[in-house]
Amino acid sequence: MSIWEYANPVKFIRTTDKLMPWLSVAAIVCLVGGLIWGFFFTPDDYRQGSTVKIIYLHVPSALMAINAWLMMLLASLIWIVRRHHVSALAARAAAPVGATMTVIALATGAIWGQPMWGTWWAWDPRLTSFLILFLFYLGYMALWSAIENDDTAADLTSILCLVGSVFALLSRYAVNFWNQGLHQGASLSLDAEENVADVFWFPLLVCIAGFVLLFIALVFLRTQTEIRARRARALLARERST
Amino acid sequence: MIALLMRDLQLAVRAGGGFGLGLAFFLIVTVLVPFGVGPETGLLSRIAPGVLWIGALLACLLSLDRILALDWEDGSLDLLATAPLPMEGIVSVKALAHWITTGLPLVLAAPALGVLLSLPVEGYLWVVVSLAVGTPALSVIGTFGAALTVGLKRGGLLLSLLVLPLYVPTLIFGAEVARRGAEGLAVQTPLLMLAGISFGAVALLPFASAAVLRVNLR
Repeated sequence: MSIWEYANPVKFIRTTDKLMPWLSVAAIVCLVGGLIWGFFFTPDDYRQGSTVKIIYLHVPSALMAINAWLMMLLASLIWIVRRHHVSALAARAAAPVGATMTVIALATGAIWGQPMWGTWWAWDPRLTSFLILFLFYLGYMALWSAIENDDTAADLTSILCLVGSVFALLSRYAVNFWNQGLHQGASLSLDAEENVADVFWFPLLVCIAGFVLLFIALVFLRTQTEIRARRARALLARERST
Repeated sequence: MIALLMRDLQLAVRAGGGFGLGLAFFLIVTVLVPFGVGPETGLLSRIAPGVLWIGALLACLLSLDRILALDWEDGSLDLLATAPLPMEGIVSVKALAHWITTGLPLVLAAPALGVLLSLPVEGYLWVVVSLAVGTPALSVIGTFGAALTVGLKRGGLLLSLLVLPLYVPTLIFGAEVARRGAEGLAVQTPLLMLAGISFGAVALLPFASAAVLRVNLR
């Protein structure tokens, strides 16, 4: 019994089918519970007022935007090394979810930034690197959809993911450097672990758990869809050839 | 390798258009900027280093799909793949040929265009240096992008979408060197970072490009 058994598409679908209801329910419970707890049962921040509550959407989505890319990187590596199709499909399935998380993080950040900094957007290192991450997601998804042969697409996108990871990391530090060189960054050093009091921290943890579960459930669902679509295509091709 | 390089260079010069096109594009972009932002000398001289860098980057981008697409179409890429030269060598030579036909002329033309943008006197040296150090990275990264999209019918737009995010660190450090140079500040740190990116890309990316090209030729 090793983890590679789940590389078998049939086994993968059977297992995830069993897990899906649990995952979805847990994600819904965590998200609804965490958001209601966060929105209605925490005090307003003494300086930021009630705008602080957008943290319950902003932080988890930003976290998942980065972790989705890490998961794609891992899945791409597994595809390159062990050539399990499920892994390549999981990477493909994660990309739109990760891109959506990036957009949510950017949008909520802008909505939060407007009352706090007086601007929707500043060329702050963090904001800029998230925008660049979004561009990487776009390129990755565009390459997947542009290539017809599935295996070729999986190979090319996985290599793009590896190279892109290196350059995304480089950009992250380059952007840090660039902004210090140009102008004072907006004061966005809200390191949650240090600054946030427990009363905000616990609902935030629940929300983060909810986003993680939601991400896993969505990736499972999309991977299943991909596997089934591919199977349907194979069946059609076989029918046509006979 | 040298034969391949000479062949690529001759093709670029003789095939008409390939060689001067990037340069002409660089000129046009630089000329258009004052129309866009107004002719005040102070403003122009402040943005001149950045404009020169973005112009060079776009000119590079424009000529990327010619690196491999023509050889792919007439089948000479398949012949090269079966040649004793390893694929890594082929893509390196291709990138080098692209740099000589596109990057190098841009470096040489940059001071002349700097005049148009009233670049400060101290800036000329550093614009040239930063472009000379940075354009090899642009060529090598671009070759990777060209290798990714070589098999596609309409790869041009996708190529830009893939390559431009990869250009971000190079552009940041390159433009920073040029800007600091123009303002008379110390340029050592960004210059070293730019050189690091350039050398790193030249050393490592051909392996990725070769792997991608092998997949595409499969």
